[in-house]
Amino acid sequence: MSTPSISNVFSGDLDIVNIGLSAFADNIVASGGQVTQLSWQPPAGADQAAGMSLAWLVNDEQVAAANEIAYGRYLEAQPVLTGVALARDAISALGGGERRILHSGPPIAWEEMCGPVQGAITGAILYEGWAADLAAAEKLAASGEVALEPCHHYGAVGPMAGIISPSMPLWVVKNASGENTAYCNFNEGLGKVLRFGANGPDVLARLNWIGTELFETLRVGLAELGEVDLKPLIAQALHMGDECHNRNAAATGLLFKRLVPALLASDIEPSALRRSVDFIAGNDHFFLNLSMAACKAMMDAARDVPHSSLVTVMARNGVNFGVQVSGTGDEWFQAPANPVEGLFFPGYGVDDAAADLGDSAITETAGLGGFAMAASPAIVQFVGGTPADATANSRRMQGITLGRNPAFTLPALNFGGTAAGIDIRAVADSGILPIINTGIAHRLAGVGQIGAGITTAPMSCFTDAVVALAATLPAGGS
Amino acid sequence: MTARVYKNLYKDSVSLMAVSAKVVEVDGIEAASIVMGTPTNLENLAEAGLGTEFAAGPNDLIVAVSGPEDACVAALEVADAMLSENAAESSAEVAETPPTSIAAALAKDENINLALISVPGDYAAAEALKALRLGMDVMIFSDNVTVADELRVKQYAYDHGRIVMGPDCGTAIINGIPLAFANVVRRGPIGVVGASGTGMQEVTTLIDQLGSGISQALGTGGHDLSEDIGGLSLLTGMRALAADDATKVIVLVSKPPSPKVAEKVLGEARTIAKPIVVIFLGADPAGFSGGNIHGAYSLADAAAMAVELASGGSAVAEPVAVNARDGRRLDELAKRLAPSQRDIRAIYAGGTFCYEAQLICAENGIVSSSNSPTKGNLKVADVRRSEGHTIIDMGDDEFTQGRPHPMIDPTLRNQRILAEGADPTTAVILVDVVLGYGSADDPVSGLVTSLGRVKADAKGQGRYPVIIAYVCGTDRDPQGRRKAIESLKSVGALVADSNAQAAAWAAHVVLSAQEARA
Repeated sequence: MSTPSISNVFSGDLDIVNIGLSAFADNIVASGGQVTQLSWQPPAGADQAAGMSLAWLVNDEQVAAANEIAYGRYLEAQPVLTGVALARDAISALGGGERRILHSGPPIAWEEMCGPVQGAITGAILYEGWAADLAAAEKLAASGEVALEPCHHYGAVGPMAGIISPSMPLWVVKNASGENTAYCNFNEGLGKVLRFGANGPDVLARLNWIGTELFETLRVGLAELGEVDLKPLIAQALHMGDECHNRNAAATGLLFKRLVPALLASDIEPSALRRSVDFIAGNDHFFLNLSMAACKAMMDAARDVPHSSLVTVMARNGVNFGVQVSGTGDEWFQAPANPVEGLFFPGYGVDDAAADLGDSAITETAGLGGFAMAASPAIVQFVGGTPADATANSRRMQGITLGRNPAFTLPALNFGGTAAGIDIRAVADSGILPIINTGIAHRLAGVGQIGAGITTAPMSCFTDAVVALAATLPAGGS
Repeated sequence: MTARVYKNLYKDSVSLMAVSAKVVEVDGIEAASIVMGTPTNLENLAEAGLGTEFAAGPNDLIVAVSGPEDACVAALEVADAMLSENAAESSAEVAETPPTSIAAALAKDENINLALISVPGDYAAAEALKALRLGMDVMIFSDNVTVADELRVKQYAYDHGRIVMGPDCGTAIINGIPLAFANVVRRGPIGVVGASGTGMQEVTTLIDQLGSGISQALGTGGHDLSEDIGGLSLLTGMRALAADDATKVIVLVSKPPSPKVAEKVLGEARTIAKPIVVIFLGADPAGFSGGNIHGAYSLADAAAMAVELASGGSAVAEPVAVNARDGRRLDELAKRLAPSQRDIRAIYAGGTFCYEAQLICAENGIVSSSNSPTKGNLKVADVRRSEGHTIIDMGDDEFTQGRPHPMIDPTLRNQRILAEGADPTTAVILVDVVLGYGSADDPVSGLVTSLGRVKADAKGQGRYPVIIAYVCGTDRDPQGRRKAIESLKSVGALVADSNAQAAAWAAHVVLSAQEARA
């Protein structure tokens, strides 16, 4: 045995971290020592066994090497908007006439689904013409003859109910630095919309228009415009007050500025052009679905690196919150979603709210949204906060990420990068939960958005992931 | 239903929702909406039954509420106050939050090299493992760590050249910094490594009083020399002190380990090119002395031998004995004992002190009862009631369940002393006082009050119990040793120079009285 490491302490300076009784730290200070007092709580949600698994993962060499690869791929990813496509043409599982509908969050059976998701699925069945009326659509959905699967299983994401059916148009976002492609549906605007479970005639009429005229307009316009690099556009929007999850006003404007000249240069029929331009101009969240596709493209680049503890997916299905981790591939770690703290539109309250819903937490997974809250003082009041709170939140997230993304800088943090690349170990160890900015859906189908606020990812998703990741490594650490 | 329109007052929708949230909290308010007067919003107000006739356009702000009239008036006032108030200027500074994990602390200060852990035992092993994996050495003050976890953590540390002091390690002094329960001692040439917390406090403070000092003192926790653990931390600690240039002499403190572990530890010790003083409490030093190994009879003996060796002298182990002058003084006091006063009642805060006192009494032929009896002594029937010679460790589990250790809160011990004083069989009351960091800010005042009452009450009944005390500490400890001694002497306590001496005095008194009666 070589000289014990404590010998180096003897010949150097003692520097202590005190975990527990703060009186011990006071005494060390009183006797002239150097000490950091932890604000300690039982880690891993006070699950002792998970806490031990976590301990073996701390500073693990294999995990560190895997994270370097996964995080590097995330940082290098270049999401590029290459065009639009119908779902059945973009995603093979939605082609070939098979009846399949994708939804947000982790997998969930029809009978377990929340009202808005059920409403949206029946709406999509009507939209596809697989049933003649709502009752028939519900019966069909419940029969199991329509496959219901997560968007995330097919490289796709969708806000709120996150419904993608074969005839719907999708944004196509390629990672120019990798092989992967991400998809997201189009944003329908606010009010009674499919993603909140509305499925009336006006909703279906709008979907039909989006799937035909708007789709065609954007197809032609994007062909004229060429590929759009989304990373610099998002970076610019962060400097203009967006966090690209709950606020997309700037990014929508930036996209609009690029799009309109291209549309004008095309030979689209003027009234169709005007309808499309009005629709985009009237929806400050139009860019949200592109932000999500861009984030999905970045996070998918980091998927499937064995032993990596990087979170690649956070998503909610209206019942459960689900997390996927690079080192454990397609495995979902689920727990009931945490409640949302927020503000409600007049006439609504917490009893009306559905559980947290949607794939849009992919933005937080990629370092935007709640992680970039410091960029967006305009919306900090959703949680009764101040700009200083927003900055504190963004800074706090640095405690659970593998690093900061230099491509996404925040003026409020002296142009430091956003905290990005959530490490399950850091979440479980520090007790700091990822912050997610979110809209609040009415629990009944079709009422729509009734508020907005922030929520957090549930701890047990991360502790379960820690236990699963630890099982992929030799016992006793590496 | 009441409404108010603010002309040309623009507020963003999020601010307005914040106002709405406050307004609907007003007692009696049924509904409230605070919006800009856009066509859509006007429609929504109508749908919500909050009115249709508003002289408002898109740049005007509408506050509409419904409910009893007085509630509406109050609600409008609330809204008005919020809409007109100037937002408090928030300071640009964002407070730093303390780290919540060892990794986070290390990220802020990459020089951290030791983790001091005192969280509940269920979580202590995991914290220790994290600290080890992050390159730190570890001290675990927590107890109730399973043997399996202790072994896992210590084996990992051993394999990586790191030390885990503990679990259940109460004492360490590293680079002169006292950790957990430890005293402020002079720095010097003597390194101490041991499995006994108060035993190490005794050795380090006595070395200080003898004019020498401590290079490093490393605790190992009480289970380290068990067969299960095999002395892993003690071995690492010895090697570290062997490699430390400032350490000239090493003192090893423990209860006697099993022969197997003792052989392993002593075998390692013999390979070290430094004199090593070994105190295996209660074991005959002749059994393992030789070469660089110098066995001691008591903690005080170990301290004296180490100081002698550090100054280049040769150490000779000396059994605990009462010198002639002290003996005469004690004989005088023994003569004043009433016929009923036969027993030693030792009420200890320090576990190792209790252990050592039992050994010394036993050597003098005194069989005592204890809640943690040494070999040949008896287990006390009721820990709360003394019978015959009784030597109690008030820091043991049955006294500390849900209560602080008597070194931190001496209340229970002081009450117990009153009970002993009232017992006509009590001849000697023997107590320890442990000073230093971690101990109570004032461990003496309450004790002195109890002892004073005992004396006065007994005197009223024609009894003169002998009070013997020992103060473990130094003058540089926050409580001050000299001050504590003066205070104890003020109530007539005899204050010994070491725990061993105090115990020997107690034995001498009862034996002397016994002889006089015979």
